[in-house]
Amino acid sequence: MENPYIPYPVRIDEIKTETEDKSLKTFKFVFLNPEDEEKFSYRAGQFAELSIPGIGEIPIGIASSPTEKGFVKFTIFKTGKVTSYLHSMKEGDIMGIRGPLGNWYPWETLEGKNVVIIGGGFAFTTLRSSIIYMLDPENRQKFKDIHVIYGARSPGMLLYKDELESWAARDDLNMHITVDSCDDPEWTHHTGFVPTVTEQEGPAGTEDTYAIVCGPPIMIKFTQPVLDKLGYSEDRIIMSLENRMKCGIGMCGRCNIGKEFVCKDGPVFTLQQLNQTPKEY
Amino acid sequence: MKSYTDNIKEISKRLLKEDKVDMVIGYRTGSVPLMHQPFFAQNQEEVDEFVWDSNCGLNLANYITDRTERIGILATGCNSRNIAVHIVEGKIKREQLYIIGIPCKGMVDRHKLSAMADGDITSVEDENNGSITITGQNFSKTVDKAEVLQENCSVCVHRNPVIYDELAAEEVTEQKRDDVDPYARVKEIEALSPEEKWAHFDDLLSDCIRCYACRNACPLCYCPLCFVDESNPQWVGKSIDHTDVRTFHFLRAYHCAGRCTDCGACVRSCPVGINVRDFTKKLEKDCLELFDWEAGLNTEQRPPLDTYRPDDPEEFIK
Amino acid sequence: MKVIRIDKNDWAEGIEKIRKTYSLIGPVKEKFYHIFANLGSGQMPDMEFTNSRISPKYIIYPQSEIILKCSMNAEEEDYKIYREPEDKEYKEKAVLGIRPCDADSLPVVMRNFDTDEYKDPYWLRAFETTTLVGLACDAPCPSCFCTSAGSGPYNHKNLDVMLIDNKDHYLAEIITEKGEKLAEAAGWQDKAEGIADEIAKRKSDAESKIESNVHTDNLAKQPLLDLYEATSIWEKAAFACINCGTCTYVCPTCWCFDIQDEVYGREGFRIRNWDSCMYPLFTLHASAHNPRGTKLARLRQRFMHKLKYYVDKYENGIQCTGCGRCVRLCPVNIDIRRICNMMNSYDPETCTCEATVS
Ligand SMILES: Cc1cc2nc3c(=O)[nH]c(=O)nc-3n(C[C@H](O)[C@H](O)[C@H](O)COP(=O)(O)OP(=O)(O)OC[C@H]3O[C@@H](n4cnc5c(N)ncnc54)[C@H](O)[C@@H]3O)c2cc1C
Ligand code: SF4
Ligand code: SF4
Ligand code: SF4
Ligand code: SF4
Ligand code: FES
Repeated sequence: MENPYIPYPVRIDEIKTETEDKSLKTFKFVFLNPEDEEKFSYRAGQFAELSIPGIGEIPIGIASSPTEKGFVKFTIFKTGKVTSYLHSMKEGDIMGIRGPLGNWYPWETLEGKNVVIIGGGFAFTTLRSSIIYMLDPENRQKFKDIHVIYGARSPGMLLYKDELESWAARDDLNMHITVDSCDDPEWTHHTGFVPTVTEQEGPAGTEDTYAIVCGPPIMIKFTQPVLDKLGYSEDRIIMSLENRMKCGIGMCGRCNIGKEFVCKDGPVFTLQQLNQTPKEY
Repeated sequence: MKSYTDNIKEISKRLLKEDKVDMVIGYRTGSVPLMHQPFFAQNQEEVDEFVWDSNCGLNLANYITDRTERIGILATGCNSRNIAVHIVEGKIKREQLYIIGIPCKGMVDRHKLSAMADGDITSVEDENNGSITITGQNFSKTVDKAEVLQENCSVCVHRNPVIYDELAAEEVTEQKRDDVDPYARVKEIEALSPEEKWAHFDDLLSDCIRCYACRNACPLCYCPLCFVDESNPQWVGKSIDHTDVRTFHFLRAYHCAGRCTDCGACVRSCPVGINVRDFTKKLEKDCLELFDWEAGLNTEQRPPLDTYRPDDPEEFIK
Repeated sequence: MKVIRIDKNDWAEGIEKIRKTYSLIGPVKEKFYHIFANLGSGQMPDMEFTNSRISPKYIIYPQSEIILKCSMNAEEEDYKIYREPEDKEYKEKAVLGIRPCDADSLPVVMRNFDTDEYKDPYWLRAFETTTLVGLACDAPCPSCFCTSAGSGPYNHKNLDVMLIDNKDHYLAEIITEKGEKLAEAAGWQDKAEGIADEIAKRKSDAESKIESNVHTDNLAKQPLLDLYEATSIWEKAAFACINCGTCTYVCPTCWCFDIQDEVYGREGFRIRNWDSCMYPLFTLHASAHNPRGTKLARLRQRFMHKLKYYVDKYENGIQCTGCGRCVRLCPVNIDIRRICNMMNSYDPETCTCEATVS
């Protein structure tokens, strides 16, 4: 019997501070046993439980893409007990990861379609994974137009800045970066909130266009009417939820929205599915 | 106690009709014996569900914390004192409340009654003459109410409400400290040697499953985040380690010191029958002896562990 | 089915024999009430009991259980690498006197712990190594409603052996291979013939003593969101609830847990503890947002889970076997029978329902 609670041991290979306020760091992990990397085979949109022995376990979206080999990456916001401890850890330290867990963005459905990715704040992690995945030379031709709308409070709060710039320079991806406000005269991207930029730059919600939306509740709340206006039907709006989790495998009972478990049946749901469940997220 | 129930209904209906309150908090008949349910009535039909007898044990002060409505509320001696504590601690305003005072004759102990019954109790009759009749499938038994009172009720010296707007019955005769010794049990424990004390508390807590029902039933435990639930820093572990179980009980008792009115809701709610009053009663005794203090007797003074007095009996504080 | 006659004079001897291969658990009286506890050498189960106050679920699913262990000593090889504790043993154990309703809770809980994608090894191993010697119930409590909750006082479908108390002897139905093995180990082999009619009569007598019931026929048909939004059900019930969690802790079919890490000396432990949907902490996010932040939301989760989500998800009845413990122990008398009947009779058009306890 496979024990779903045992984490794979990993070593912290690299830690990168992402934002100017130092509240977000990206951790790159390498598996201690190379065969575990095989077993940890994932799709963009899934998450894992990061396990720190003696401290606890937390669910975190996988920020690296399945097309990137030899490591896995997570970007973590410092907030409570486990995340604070993690932020104090050093390269070389040993910990564990357990997963991959949950479902993923519906890549089969998205093939041959236009994809617009809308992200805000630090909920951009699995979206990074998705972008890298779609831009992989093997995969790019599977998708039609790709739009990315990503916003943060200020330029210093944007994640993955180097990558953002390199995506903006490409011609096979429409990149719309925005910040709430900015007094830097050199700033070449948008200023304004994500919903507004979506309204201006977002493609029309045709039959073969899907939106993936990830961000703080307030952003989601105001983006939804915009997508409505652009013509996106509920089944073509895809969202990823966060609920408090422990087991990640549908057993401990806390993350449910109605009869669905966010950890096992989600975290990815269409808006259509969400409208049929209690709003307990 | 038919007349109690009738009077309560009459007063409640009047208060709602005259629009003096938005709701009246009382009890309705439970679906199982010995268990009435805290219940709020907002109209005349709902008031008709009200009941009062010796199975109304859960403290109603629990249900007014931070509420904004105008509330009518039944209050026995201990309940009225908890309401007073709430007022002092700013958890409700006196002006919001219309207190229907209930001179109390004590609540029966469901553990004791169950232990006396020859099988499951299907009904309980409170004769209002000092006796209780319990009936089951193959038995019927009448017992002296005094013998089956909850322990806190049998040693209670504040049976009449201390604050109220109107009484639902005539005041009852108070028991005097000379007749009943409220601290007899505490004294027994105090007389034990340290080893025996340790063994006593160990045994007392051995069945605790740390469900925290005792805390949740307590009107004093209104903290939005209890120290046992805090994760950063995490003061107490969450499995059933004995040290953690003790830490919970010791600290909770101290948080209630000088505020606890010995209403017994904690003991009544414990699913495994632990007498957590062994802790709280000791602290009540200490507060009386050291500070001449009893909780909730007025709506102005803050509890002793919350205030500083130059004549404090402890040296270290001066 | 094979039925064996066990003379009560031979009962103790049989128990001594099975003690050699099984560790034994049975009802014992503690202070006021019965609990299921390990039977020490020579200790006999007290079979004169109605049911244990708290459900025996902890035999298979302990309240606090170490699931992983590691060294916190940098010199050692498993430093900060969690493994299953090697000293975890799953010795054959036999539970004597478990009631049919509690045995019937096991398949209900198993649907959660044994799924196509994941299997909980701790629950399953404990379950597999446990032999259940049940005791049919001739004098059910007034608050039991097992017969309308998919169980019954003589329900033997989830037992290995079912004992029927027959004055100077027990009749023992041997139901499974595990049961056969235990009976053999005990040396109980005196076949009872021609008693099928008598057992059937005893069964129907016992069933007729169950006075209360729940109506569940309509639950699956009720639209989920209508029930969820039925404030006429939830508001009054939630008022009295003090969120103490007693109902879920004593319930044989509640399975929720928390996972915590603790360090003792130079060892790290990952421990799972029972948890309850009644506690605000259960769902609290680090951002302080709480999707079930109100008492009403938490109370609703408990009943919606047991009586609607579970019903829809597994299409196998309700997540309750009618043992009546939560009814007896809720300090403010929140009665699942009443809520179940309200949910079953709820009419979304008029937002009304019938609040009956029968
Ligand atoms: C599917 C999913 C993906 C996520 N992805 C990311 C990510 O990429 N980056 C990131 O920074 N954060 C992410 N989160 C949120 C992250 O899990 C919480 O911030 C984290 O659990 C807080 O843990 P803590 O111990 O620091 O906080 P504390 O408040 O001390 O929490 C204690 C425990 O509560 C639980 N918990 C508390 N808040 C949450 C929460 N919001 N979600 C889930 N469990 C919680 C955890 O089990 C945690 O161990 C994700 C959450 C989910 C469910
Ligand atoms: S109610 Fe009883 S079992 Fe629960 S925490 Fe309190 S003392 Fe322990
Ligand atoms: S036992 Fe009763 S009061 Fe306690 S949480 Fe359950 S329903 Fe609420
Ligand atoms: S919900 Fe109540 S009656 Fe049903 S199995 Fe659980 S404790 Fe027993
Ligand atoms: S009722 Fe609550 S505690 Fe019980 S299994 Fe369901 S969610 Fe878990
Ligand atoms: S995290 Fe345990 S059920 Fe979802």
